[in-house]
Amino acid sequence: MTTLAYALSDSRVMLRRNLKHQLRYPSMTVMLIGMPIVLLLLFVYVFGGQLGAGLGAHEGRSAYLDYVVPGLLLITVISVVQGTAIMVAMDMTGGIIDRFRTMAIARGSVLTGHVLGSLMQTLAGIAILIGVAFGLGFHSSAGPLHWFAAIGILALFAFALIWLAVALGLAAKSVETASNTPMVLFLLLFLSSGFVATATMPTVLRQFAEYQPFTPVADTVRGLLSGGAIGDHAIAAIAWSTGIAIVAYLWAIRLYNRRRAAEPN
Amino acid sequence: MTSVSAATGIVAQDVCKSFGDHLVLDKVSLAVEEGTILALLGPNGAGKTTMVRILSTLIPADSGSMRIAGHDVVTDPDGVRAVIGVTGQFSAVDNLLTGAENLQLMADLRHLGREAGRRRAAELLEQFDLTDAAHKLLSTYSGGMRRRLDLAMTLVDQPRVIFLDEPTTGLDPRSRRTMWQIIRGLAAAGVTILLTTQYLDEADQLADRIAVLDQGRIVAEGTPAELKSRTPGGHVRLHFSRLDLLRSAAEFLPAAAPDQDQLVLQVPADGTVDSLRELLDELHRARIEVERLSIHAPDLDDVFFAVTSSHVSAQPYQDPTPQGAAKR
Repeated sequence: MTTLAYALSDSRVMLRRNLKHQLRYPSMTVMLIGMPIVLLLLFVYVFGGQLGAGLGAHEGRSAYLDYVVPGLLLITVISVVQGTAIMVAMDMTGGIIDRFRTMAIARGSVLTGHVLGSLMQTLAGIAILIGVAFGLGFHSSAGPLHWFAAIGILALFAFALIWLAVALGLAAKSVETASNTPMVLFLLLFLSSGFVATATMPTVLRQFAEYQPFTPVADTVRGLLSGGAIGDHAIAAIAWSTGIAIVAYLWAIRLYNRRRAAEPN
Repeated sequence: MTSVSAATGIVAQDVCKSFGDHLVLDKVSLAVEEGTILALLGPNGAGKTTMVRILSTLIPADSGSMRIAGHDVVTDPDGVRAVIGVTGQFSAVDNLLTGAENLQLMADLRHLGREAGRRRAAELLEQFDLTDAAHKLLSTYSGGMRRRLDLAMTLVDQPRVIFLDEPTTGLDPRSRRTMWQIIRGLAAAGVTILLTTQYLDEADQLADRIAVLDQGRIVAEGTPAELKSRTPGGHVRLHFSRLDLLRSAAEFLPAAAPDQDQLVLQVPADGTVDSLRELLDELHRARIEVERLSIHAPDLDDVFFAVTSSHVSAQPYQDPTPQGAAKR
């Protein structure tokens, strides 16, 4: 086998290990995918009446459901990513990583396994959430191509955040720290157009909301699903995703290679 | 230092490593002949684990040269990784997988192929007495089972050189014996083994050669027998029935160390029959009545305490020989 073939084989083995972990740790998997569904119900049936009225539609609640689904899809992404940080930190604080590092295996395959595993988990979470949303009466005028584009944008953004979570998991001193750090992402999402239109926010907040990554991603997905205009949101979303992915990837690789090099016995 | 052919075994020359200002390894050299066991013996913090981590390519040394089975650790780490197996101090197992899955994972990462991997896994489960627990999650494993699986995972691809970092720490006596048997079997099969331990009896039981590491330096090296013969520390313990007898014996034998609480006098002795007869004759002539006696041959404890600097606090008795103190 060639080096590339080994790298692919090792990554596939690590991906399989990662998927097995997801099955063996069902409480976490269920929580990560279940929480966005609970939040969806909360947003639609508790906040939805009042927030929907603000949209100026007749059927406030169902209009808000249509509005908020992209926000919940992003919650799904963050939720999975939080699991990624926890799993990476668990790997790094356990003894198994040292065993991998004393074996002649493709260096990055441990991380590749986490990234691909989390990406598959994200897609599953997104599919389930969309299914539930349709069950609640979600309307979409999007054709197959729009759906494909929307999922693509979400997957690209998820890919970027997963690498960020891998880096955070590597940087964390303990599993507990790793599980807390992605909380910042939740805050950023709430300060975006995920749940309410940025136009309704105070000026300072609005300016912040308009220039952070979650808003263009939410707007692009919303535009694609509702058949509305997406303008240059898509370009901003792709640019943000690519930028975060590159920086997070380089950071993660650096942390991974340097890890424990300076640790006393 | 023995000479070891560069193509086999483990050779390390003048390995240095510092963490910040703290010098952990100070020109450590060691050699392990193919198919033999070297025990790296030392107290906590002596640098044993650091040495293993450097030799197994986990962390770089600051200086020094190292070859494992002919591969240079610095320039050919992947070559080294392909021939070594490492069982670290903390169990390097995947807790969310079963025992069989852990072994299969190792087989897959060693690219053994599906069928060969499965066969090897079954073989190891059998050999390490884990067949019954093969399909149970690791969370149900005991400490001894975990350690056995850990070692089994190291052996999946039949490595030629194995590093064992404190392989029996925390195991009960029975699991410890089992582990010893396994390790002896590996060496008999031609595997080169470097193990670290803080247990003297373990080094004595397993090792062909022992290197004593203390504060980052090798302070003694040789076969267990050599180390023992080189170290003073043999003595005869004379037990008395009354304090006044102990006192008069202590006056009579000024080199001995009396213990008034236990009514024991500890007399330095080399353990030969002649010297013992002479001692008893002298006591008899002086009409000092000894109740009974016990002979203490030098063991690795004496070696350890004589050559490591922590011996003042750790030593169970006063070392009667001046060399013992002078050596460090």
